[in-house]
Amino acid sequence: MIKAILVFNNHGKPRLAKFFQHYSEDEQQQIVRETFHLVSRRDDNVCSFLEGGTLIGGSDYRLIYRHYATLYFVFCVDSSESELGILDLIQVFVETLDRCFENVCELDLIFHVDKVHFILSEIVMGGMVLETNMNEIVSRYMEQDKLEKSEAGLSAAPAKAAAAIKNIDLPTLPKDLKIPNIELPKLPSFR
Amino acid sequence: MALTLKKVKGSLDRMFDKNMQDLVRGIRNHKESESRYIAGCVEEIKSELKQDNAAIKANAVNKLIYLQMLGYDISWAAFNIIEVMSSPKFTFKRIGYFAASQSFHSETDVLMLTTNMIRKDLGSQTMYDTGVALSGLSCFITPDLARDLVNDILALMSSTRPYIRKRAVLISYKIFLAYPDALRPAFPRLKEKLEDPDQGVQSAAVNVICELARKNPKNYLSLAPIFFKLMTTSTNNWVLIKIIKLFGALTPLEPRLGKKLIEPLTNLIHSTSAMSLLYECINTVIQGMTDHSSSIQLCVQKLRILIEDADQNLKYLGLLAMSRILKSHPKAVQSHKDLILQCLDDKDESIRLRALDLLFGMVSKKNLMEIVKKLMVHVNKAEGSQYRDELLTKIIEICSQQNYQYITNFEWYVTVLVELTRTEGATRHGSLISSQILDVAIRVKTIRPFAAKQMAVLLENSHVIASQLQRNGMQEVLYAAAYVCGEFAQFIESPSSLLNAMLSHRVVSLPAHIQAIYIQNSMKLFASAVTQAEEDEDHEKVEELLKLVMGKLPAFVQSGDLEVQERASCILSMMKYASKAQGKGSKVAGDFNDLFKGELNPVAPKAQKKVPVPEGLDLDAWINDPPSSSEDDVPTTFNYKLKDNVDDFYSTKKEKMKELSPEERKKMREQRIQEQASNPNYLSSSKMANGYQEPGDDTGDLPPVTDIDISIPLHVPGMTSSDKYLRQEQDRRRRRQEERKKRRDEKERKKDKKGRKGRKKGRQVVEESPDEDIEPVHAVDIVQEEMPEGAVQTDSEDDTKKEDIYKALDIDLESPLTAQDKLPTPTHRVAKESPQKGDEEPEEKKKKRKKKEKKKKEKKTRHHHHHEKHEHPQESLLLVDEGEEPTVAASNGDDVTTPVTSQDKVNGHQDAPKEKDKEDLDFWLSPGSGTTGATAAVNGDGDAPSPKQDTPEESPAKQHRHKKKKKHEKSSKHKKHRKEREKSPEKAETGKEKTEERPSTPPLPAMTRFVDLGENEHIGIKYETRVISMQEKQIMVALVFQNNVDKQLKSIEFNVLDTLNTRLIRAPGSTSHDPVKIPFILLPSSGNEAQLLFSVVSLNMPQRLRGTVTYILKDEEGSSQHKLDFKLYLPCSAYLLTAPCNSERFTHLLSSGEVSEKSSIRVNAPDLKFSHALQKICFYLKFSVVERVDDSASLYAATIQQHHVCLLIKAVPNGISVDGKSTDSSLLSNILDEVKEIFK
Repeated sequence: MIKAILVFNNHGKPRLAKFFQHYSEDEQQQIVRETFHLVSRRDDNVCSFLEGGTLIGGSDYRLIYRHYATLYFVFCVDSSESELGILDLIQVFVETLDRCFENVCELDLIFHVDKVHFILSEIVMGGMVLETNMNEIVSRYMEQDKLEKSEAGLSAAPAKAAAAIKNIDLPTLPKDLKIPNIELPKLPSFR
Repeated sequence: MALTLKKVKGSLDRMFDKNMQDLVRGIRNHKESESRYIAGCVEEIKSELKQDNAAIKANAVNKLIYLQMLGYDISWAAFNIIEVMSSPKFTFKRIGYFAASQSFHSETDVLMLTTNMIRKDLGSQTMYDTGVALSGLSCFITPDLARDLVNDILALMSSTRPYIRKRAVLISYKIFLAYPDALRPAFPRLKEKLEDPDQGVQSAAVNVICELARKNPKNYLSLAPIFFKLMTTSTNNWVLIKIIKLFGALTPLEPRLGKKLIEPLTNLIHSTSAMSLLYECINTVIQGMTDHSSSIQLCVQKLRILIEDADQNLKYLGLLAMSRILKSHPKAVQSHKDLILQCLDDKDESIRLRALDLLFGMVSKKNLMEIVKKLMVHVNKAEGSQYRDELLTKIIEICSQQNYQYITNFEWYVTVLVELTRTEGATRHGSLISSQILDVAIRVKTIRPFAAKQMAVLLENSHVIASQLQRNGMQEVLYAAAYVCGEFAQFIESPSSLLNAMLSHRVVSLPAHIQAIYIQNSMKLFASAVTQAEEDEDHEKVEELLKLVMGKLPAFVQSGDLEVQERASCILSMMKYASKAQGKGSKVAGDFNDLFKGELNPVAPKAQKKVPVPEGLDLDAWINDPPSSSEDDVPTTFNYKLKDNVDDFYSTKKEKMKELSPEERKKMREQRIQEQASNPNYLSSSKMANGYQEPGDDTGDLPPVTDIDISIPLHVPGMTSSDKYLRQEQDRRRRRQEERKKRRDEKERKKDKKGRKGRKKGRQVVEESPDEDIEPVHAVDIVQEEMPEGAVQTDSEDDTKKEDIYKALDIDLESPLTAQDKLPTPTHRVAKESPQKGDEEPEEKKKKRKKKEKKKKEKKTRHHHHHEKHEHPQESLLLVDEGEEPTVAASNGDDVTTPVTSQDKVNGHQDAPKEKDKEDLDFWLSPGSGTTGATAAVNGDGDAPSPKQDTPEESPAKQHRHKKKKKHEKSSKHKKHRKEREKSPEKAETGKEKTEERPSTPPLPAMTRFVDLGENEHIGIKYETRVISMQEKQIMVALVFQNNVDKQLKSIEFNVLDTLNTRLIRAPGSTSHDPVKIPFILLPSSGNEAQLLFSVVSLNMPQRLRGTVTYILKDEEGSSQHKLDFKLYLPCSAYLLTAPCNSERFTHLLSSGEVSEKSSIRVNAPDLKFSHALQKICFYLKFSVVERVDDSASLYAATIQQHHVCLLIKAVPNGISVDGKSTDSSLLSNILDEVKEIFK
């Protein structure tokens, strides 16, 4: 079982937090902070597994994470999950994001955290892995996207216009936040 | 058109509302005043939530979810979230469910309102609506939701769309966790899904079963053949990994399974290129196939490759798996010691810690010294105090494990401990080392002289190493040292010099608790020194000693610490007394020695727990009458205060310091500084520095001491080095080996003369052997810990209550489904288990269920036997499918009139498949079939021996014998049962079983509790009342709608006129006149069941509710609305539930006076058989038989509000008489009326 999925950036700002067991908001923040503390002090060339300890569930649980450019993707799982399997799942998740957002960067996660959740819900459900086939995940997500657009129909047009106006009002999006494309390191072959 | 315009206008209005992106942008633009900005946004959101427009609400909720991620509590918006969830539009629904999944949990009270809405979404025509609902539900499921929705979810498991199926399968695990009773009835369907054509569904089913089996593996052994088949056919690595992990849990329970698996797994290990799969295969081999040493060898080889890999992840996992092998095959791992020691140098801390764990298990008597030496080197060069601490504890753990099993030379160990005290850098483990020293010195008698001498050296030189110790937090060691020196003072060579050191003025700077122990033990030392001196008749020496102690002690009498002060002054006055006595010329040593008589023995840590409770003592009983609860408040607070004071009093200062948080400390410091500033008498150091400084006063302020980095380790004369022992040990071993070699050579020389044959062999054997036979340097006798008299030895004393929720799922899945294993809703008999009182604990529940199951099983065996008389044995094969029928029928909900008898019959048959299953598993696992099965499967044709067909096997005779034996067993069992029954036909037993069992009674015709509610040319409605477990104020009415025409009936609405006592529970927000929509369309000539809840206040009167059902009849020409009026009759028996009651409780109940109301009737029914009467009363009125003797029986039932109803039924000429007792008279008389009604 997966107990939690966290995404945060190099400064510990949460970008996505999905808990499959109830924690109060304060506990959630605490967990994010501590996880960031644990993960961020590790070099990039050390192993991706960490014993979570008392943080989240005790000795049966471990943190499995990957670091992409400015973002950490952390899964907290128990011993019924395969460690390498979860590493691969993180890869699937990130690649799916890359396909759904077309060259995903941190800004996409910042402004569309809801969409990221919707994509995640096609991959993991209630702490159990639901689907690992990327084509299936992407096409299902796109279909729902289409459904949403068709529902919006006529009434969406003014909203879009408004969004456009708002974007004009604002200074252009800060460029320095744009990160290079997520590079996909070679994994031990899994699929 | 107008509508569209309105829509556009609406969206124009909200065009400038903030959406989530705006919120994010806003927060980013207000970095300094973030919380103020967000507070403003929350206000905005609150006003948006008040509007009617669904889009605005959804937008607001979407923003809230973002705020939730930032740590803001959004539980106040729970109801708004539900509103958004109930929106018909997918876009909003998705947002709503997403918000619910992020913020709802089992304590969210509005969740009660969602049941019907979720049910509707689950049944939605849009696949994604269902998907979104399932995803959401998986995050916030509660026991109530699980119970109410389990049927809907089971139905979704057979949806035509894999997208829905796999979600429904996955969520079933969450349902089982929340509502364990669902597991047994739902399991057959889950099992089916293992063979689903869609890979995703299959994978989900494997996933769920693996999760279930991980907690209670033994219940899933019978699935091994199916999983084996899957393993050899599946190409999906996810599924393979899960299955292989599952086998890892199963093989320890069934050794034959390991044999079966070893071949395919080894093949996979050799062939797969996926590291994850390889790793899991290795893990499973390690866990379950420990006796296949060749495979283990292969695993170790593969693991070595992993550990040597440059990829840190593989290295880590390799070490992890190695540590698992270590438990069963320590030798196989020990050969890779070099590699593991290398890992200690790795830059990655995770890997270093793993390696440490491995070393822990790798030590033997032979290599302990060597390994510890290596670790000591690491201690000294380790960076980061955390890792150093870890190393330190590991060293101590390694040495002390299993009662110091591997230590052959305790002198060495004491030396190691002393060396550890001199570690550079701060560590928290001073007290750990200290307790080790104490433990060793007390429990190993032979080491005491050595330890005492070492500790004396340590104490005498403490001033040299003191600064070091202080810095390292190692002062604690001095505590142990002082104690050891005092307790074993007889071994100290020069007590007086030690005494001098222990009472020197430097000691005053040590922590108080150490000072105290110093003083106490200097007394012991003194006693021993004086004894020595008096024996030597050296009076001057005695005087000298007295003077020494009396001269030093006053410094301690002035101590600020109470403990130190008290001990010092106490001892000082004793000294004065002794000195007086000494002046008179009498001897004092004897008196002093009397003070410290007797030896202290170690006490086992659990000794206190194990003191047996004396007979007749009840620890739970009140000594005085318990205080009334109203008075409770005041004294408790007082008690707390008192307790705090006590704690403060006894706790040492140091502990008190620890309790202060940094903030508090800071505050205190500031306070102090202020006080000092305003205090004219206080000379602050800063003032001195700024102003005038007295010349020659530099003795007060010590010049700053710079630490000198001495490369040569500090050598204190008298302290030994652990290296010395290592060298000694090596020498000793070498010498012994040489001796042995000499002996061997001699032998060989002799042998050579005889013949050269055995030579090579002999050498090999000898070279391997000198492994474990190392004798300890000196005889070690470890004093056993003391236990109280009469303590009971138990192996496992740690009662872990941790995984209770999983224990609830420890359910036997193989025993056939029974009438009790029903899903809560759409069957027409109320589950027997429903009468659970609210306060019952799950543990009890489980026990009860187990008991019941056991009973069931007994019953079943009898049934089986019962049917076998007229059954061909092979018929059971045909009936395999029937075994699953009850659930299927039950969950479809349209099987209205399954007669009781037929169901029982099915139950009876189920035993056959069950035993068959067991036999199949045995056969499948038997070695004869093993090879065929494995090879066939590995060849890839996927035809693993399926349960029902006889595969050609290599040893038919064997199998035959096997089966024969089984059969024999079976028949003998039946004989036994028959005998039993013949012997005691009249033995009173639980009545129901009895009645069903009696072969003499012809079976009753089918009974049903469904009653007609109303019927017209289009529609027929029947209903049945059901109680809901743990609901005191509600009952459920199940309505079965039957379409009597070949046209569609839709928009069915149900309404009743509520009475004061009984009300229909409608959807939230509707008034008492609104009808309830029935959530289905009736297709031509079909039926379906709906359930409605009614709230009831009192239940001693039957209720009659008038109501109407309206519906729309739809055909080609158009649709027309119709209605049907009815009267819904709710008898008192609707509130009864079948509560189990044994005869003792029953008699107790009758005699206690609790059931005071009496009433009796007589029913005239000349040709009624008594047993039929009993059966009918039990069935229709939900009574259970407590006891039956011949033609009389006592029956019991309880209402949902815990009224008791007891009946005594007797056969009288031309009928029966019924005497009733109850807590409520009108209830009783109404029920007796119903009894009459039954036999009309």
